[in-house]
Amino acid sequence: MSAVHPKISEEKSQTIVSSTKSVTLRIKRSNPEISSEEKFDQFIVPIEKWTTVLDALLDAKSHLDHSIGIRYSCRQASCGSCGMKINGKPALACFTKISELNSNEITVEPMDNFPVVRDLVVNFTRLINNHKKIMPYVIREDSEIVPGTGVREILQTPEDVEKYIQFSSCIKCGLCNSACPTMAMDTTFVGPQALAQAYRYIADTRDKGKKNRLQIIDESHGIWRCHAAGSCSQVCPKGVDPAMGIQMLRSYLLGIRD
Amino acid sequence: MIMRESIVMKIHYGTALGAVFLVAIHIMMRMTMDFHDSLQYENVLANYEMIGYAILLELILILISVHGFNGLRVILLEMRQGQSYEKGVTYGCIAAMVALVAYGSRTIIMASMGMV
Repeated sequence: MSAVHPKISEEKSQTIVSSTKSVTLRIKRSNPEISSEEKFDQFIVPIEKWTTVLDALLDAKSHLDHSIGIRYSCRQASCGSCGMKINGKPALACFTKISELNSNEITVEPMDNFPVVRDLVVNFTRLINNHKKIMPYVIREDSEIVPGTGVREILQTPEDVEKYIQFSSCIKCGLCNSACPTMAMDTTFVGPQALAQAYRYIADTRDKGKKNRLQIIDESHGIWRCHAAGSCSQVCPKGVDPAMGIQMLRSYLLGIRD
Repeated sequence: MIMRESIVMKIHYGTALGAVFLVAIHIMMRMTMDFHDSLQYENVLANYEMIGYAILLELILILISVHGFNGLRVILLEMRQGQSYEKGVTYGCIAAMVALVAYGSRTIIMASMGMV
């Protein structure tokens, strides 16, 4: 069931009034705490060349329906809060320009493979737990802080940094987990986000936790359940390639790499 | 004792490669005569009576059973999760694999000894 909402607020739109274009925003609405009903609400919002999906959603929330549930923060693809399915593909709302979607109708839904909290907001508990499980920090006996003498540097060559730097761009937005076909089936699969982060620390020459991390991911719902679909890498807004990280981790476990 | 998943997957990949190689030899053996003739009852029995060929068939049986039932285990584990379910799937697949290898081996041994 869907309904076109008229303008219910008298507040002025933040979008520049000169806009002549508009799009229909179809937002999937649900509140599992109250009922299992799901519906699409439609809002007609004005757009400019630079309007992002997040701008349009916030416009609809400010002027048409204050109850739209959405999570966002930085508006510049840094915080990873506004992940959602836009016209069927997982993407950051703040990083997706409406003009680039080439459509007059934009459908936004909550990310797949996450429990919905309300409307476009999903629960990140599983992602965060799996992220914590792979110990996302440098593990070593000694420290950069030396008692008495102060601070020392643990040096790395540019080549050493090159091995893991792209993986350190992960903003934990969950888009990779949302796109992953295994995550859709296997509720205990560790997921591409956590696996990519496991590789990020294993590939870091400062880290000594390789053995522990490989043991954590080498279980029946760990790395081997990845089907190498590659959709995780396709949707990452930060250019991280979890599929490649997973293959690298597999090569460690198969003894192809040291 | 629980085997690490990487060991299981090494066996999985190894059996796949082994099976491809041995099945290729098995198919090439069909080409030593007309394909239709090679499947005649007497010719099939004669194949079993060659000890080398019987060993080849036994190896194919083991490799494909191990690979196939592990593949089935993986599919079933992805379909549903739960400790008792997963245990049941794992032991069920091992039991089915052992049963299939035993039954297939019985056929190969009986045929190679001329008991059929």
